[in-house]
Amino acid sequence: MNYEGALLDQVATICIVVLSISILLLLYRTLKGPTNPDRAVALDTIGINLMALAALVAIQLETTWLNDVILLIGILLFIGTVALAKFLEKGVIIDRDHN
Amino acid sequence: MIFTVFVPLLVTLMIPFVNRWKERIHTGWFLLPIPLAIFIYFIQFVGKDFQPFYQSYSWVPSLQMNLDFYLDGFSLLFALLISGIGTLVLLYSIYYLHKSENLGHFYIYLFLFMAAMLGVVLSDNVFALYGFWELTSFSSFLLIGYWHHRERSRYGAQKSMLITVFGGLSLLGGFVTLATITGTTSIQQMIEQKDLIIGHAYFPLILIFVFLGAFTKSAQFPFHIWLPDAMEAPTPVSAYLHSATMVKAGIFLIGKFAPILSGVPSFFIVVSLIGIITLCWGSFMAVRQVDLKGILAYSTISQLGMIMAMFGFGTKVAIFAAVFHILNHATFKGSLFMIAGIVDHETGTRDIRKLGGLMTLMPISTTLAVFGAFSMAGVPLPFLNGFYSKEMFFEATLDFEGATGQLMQLLQTAIPWLAVFGSIFTFVYSMYFFFGTFRGKYKEDELEQKPHEAPWGMLISPIILVVGVITIGLFPKLVNMPLLTHAASTVANTTIEKNIYFWHGFELPLFMSIAVIVFGTVLYLTMKKWVPVYDVFPGRWNFNRVYDFIVDKLEEWSKAVTEFYMTGSVKHYVRNILIAILVVGFSVFWFTEGMTIKTDNLAEVTLPEILVAVTMALAALATIFTKSRIAAILILGVVGYGLSLLFVMYRAPDLALTQLIVETVTVALFLLCFYHLPELKKLDRDPVSRGLNGIVAIAFGAFMALIGISAHSSSWFEPISGYFLENAHDLGGGDNVVNVILVDFRGIDTLMEIAVLGVAALAIYSMIRLRRDKEAK
Repeated sequence: MNYEGALLDQVATICIVVLSISILLLLYRTLKGPTNPDRAVALDTIGINLMALAALVAIQLETTWLNDVILLIGILLFIGTVALAKFLEKGVIIDRDHN
Repeated sequence: MIFTVFVPLLVTLMIPFVNRWKERIHTGWFLLPIPLAIFIYFIQFVGKDFQPFYQSYSWVPSLQMNLDFYLDGFSLLFALLISGIGTLVLLYSIYYLHKSENLGHFYIYLFLFMAAMLGVVLSDNVFALYGFWELTSFSSFLLIGYWHHRERSRYGAQKSMLITVFGGLSLLGGFVTLATITGTTSIQQMIEQKDLIIGHAYFPLILIFVFLGAFTKSAQFPFHIWLPDAMEAPTPVSAYLHSATMVKAGIFLIGKFAPILSGVPSFFIVVSLIGIITLCWGSFMAVRQVDLKGILAYSTISQLGMIMAMFGFGTKVAIFAAVFHILNHATFKGSLFMIAGIVDHETGTRDIRKLGGLMTLMPISTTLAVFGAFSMAGVPLPFLNGFYSKEMFFEATLDFEGATGQLMQLLQTAIPWLAVFGSIFTFVYSMYFFFGTFRGKYKEDELEQKPHEAPWGMLISPIILVVGVITIGLFPKLVNMPLLTHAASTVANTTIEKNIYFWHGFELPLFMSIAVIVFGTVLYLTMKKWVPVYDVFPGRWNFNRVYDFIVDKLEEWSKAVTEFYMTGSVKHYVRNILIAILVVGFSVFWFTEGMTIKTDNLAEVTLPEILVAVTMALAALATIFTKSRIAAILILGVVGYGLSLLFVMYRAPDLALTQLIVETVTVALFLLCFYHLPELKKLDRDPVSRGLNGIVAIAFGAFMALIGISAHSSSWFEPISGYFLENAHDLGGGDNVVNVILVDFRGIDTLMEIAVLGVAALAIYSMIRLRRDKEAK
């Protein structure tokens, strides 16, 4: 491993640790609440942190295989948060036909 | 010989067709020739120069289970009784059972029984014998419950079934043990190896098993209780099964196995003691009965006890007397049952308190009853066969050979006294039966119908039997050499020749007989005065109460046991399952010392991994303690996403992708059905139960962790992953090794998992649709 590689690795590790701490703090918000929308937002942010973490791990592992994961988390988070928001708002996720 | 067993069985198939014409011709007439033909077939074998006759038919040769038939003297005696009395009973039943009865059922059961009984006495193969043995129990159950609309019939049928099948199953145990020890299933070959059997460590077990089988079937003390209740059967059945044939199957068994088992003192002690107790108890209890068939049932018990006791004595005189009495008892008891049936048929009651003074009204029945009852009592008249065997019985009680040990000597002195005691009561109940029914005052008001003599057809069978009683009484030599000698020799396994004389001179057995008659007469004349004795002894103590108690309590207890663990709560079941897994798993760990913990091959732990793990652990803990359902599912989402991150860190991108999608879909599904779910609440408030749940949960987690650690620490084989990594590209044509495994190397698994998903989808769809349809209706 060359000099730049080692530097990148160190930086990625530091970032991962920082993001992990961030996830821990978000976990506190998830557990504590106090309301379910708080938890939903916390979960959404955990997801974004996950994207970042996956990217950093990909840098560390020097692979492109994880890029799909990053994109997928993005889509799922959006869908999940919308579903949650709809549930919290209306109590249902999929509306029935009115006929 | 095989056709004697299988013709009755085949005939049962024809009976329903024949039964269609029962309004015109009684079904019994069609069937009468069959037992008669069998009887005639067997009577050909009777003769001084009789030789055992053997036939074998393959059935399951690989298990040595074959239909081996062996006709020795003892079997011949029984086969003649079964077919001969079967013919008479069939004839009697034609007049006894009205055409409006369900005749088809009756004759099917009866022929099943006849075939089974012939099978029992002719079989040489223990397993074939056992099969026929159970068939007799089964067909007897059907016959006792013939009038199944009566509660007493059902009770009697169930009782006899439970007791005789209990004995039958222990008999099977004995047979299996015998077959295992000797390596053969043939009784004749077992007799040849009897030294091996007697010396074997399992010999006591065999004794117990065979005794249980024989004693339950032959209604020996204390298993006699089913026989009086079996009197709910139609009288022809009682006459056939419960006096002449089935109850003698146990006797037959003891006789058949006597050459093997009789060499030990315990055989003598158990068989003669049980036999003599049964003799005394049965005759004592018979006097108490008020039902004619009840008296005869206890009388049968007592007479069977006498035969059993004589097999127990094992001397030549005793065995000869036992065989002789089997024949005598079948003749006079069969006729007495038929007479009881006639009395019942003609007067409408069997209650001896309502009967009396029938002598002038039913002269022929009375005459027949005189012979039957006096022969049963053993009155010394030269034309009654009962007397001969009774006196030989006394003779047998007086001389034993080679009594050793205290118990045997005690028995030796006690048995003659007990025999006299039992015989006195035999005399009393015989007189009670006869005089109570036919003499005394005629009670017209008590009877439902005006009694008159029975039709001739009904009288033929008891007449033939009584003629048999008299013939054997007058000419005992007629049956001695051609039949009894061979039968007794089979049981004793040596040649027995004995002459039957009416007059022995002034010897002890004669004085015993005289004592029986003197005391019996005195007791009978003073009967009214001492009958209250029964209120004191046995009083309320009898074995029926024990039986009822056991049957009731068995149901109660098994219900209690079932209700103890079948609580209907899934929570309890899961807990029990987990506890069982823990107990079994930890025992396996403990006894096989299978747990290994190695630390030399562990990878380095990095800080991010710790952080993710801590996050997941905290979230998992929080899921348990959270109060709101939606909070629980959201927090659980953290665990799921944490897991996907771990997959990322451990370089499993495909797993991470799948995990993410599944996690999201699961959360969405939970949210979908949340609307319909009630608020999350604590189901279990009991602290003990909660504590137990906690302990089980923690223990199970620890157990799974231990298994994981052990599995990781013990590497027994080379992993095959190297092969996949090397060949994925060349053989599978792909670089994504995971995907190549899924669709190429191990494609079948994937196919089936797709099938699982498809089935799940279909199931969900149909569940929802069906529910809607139901609502629509």
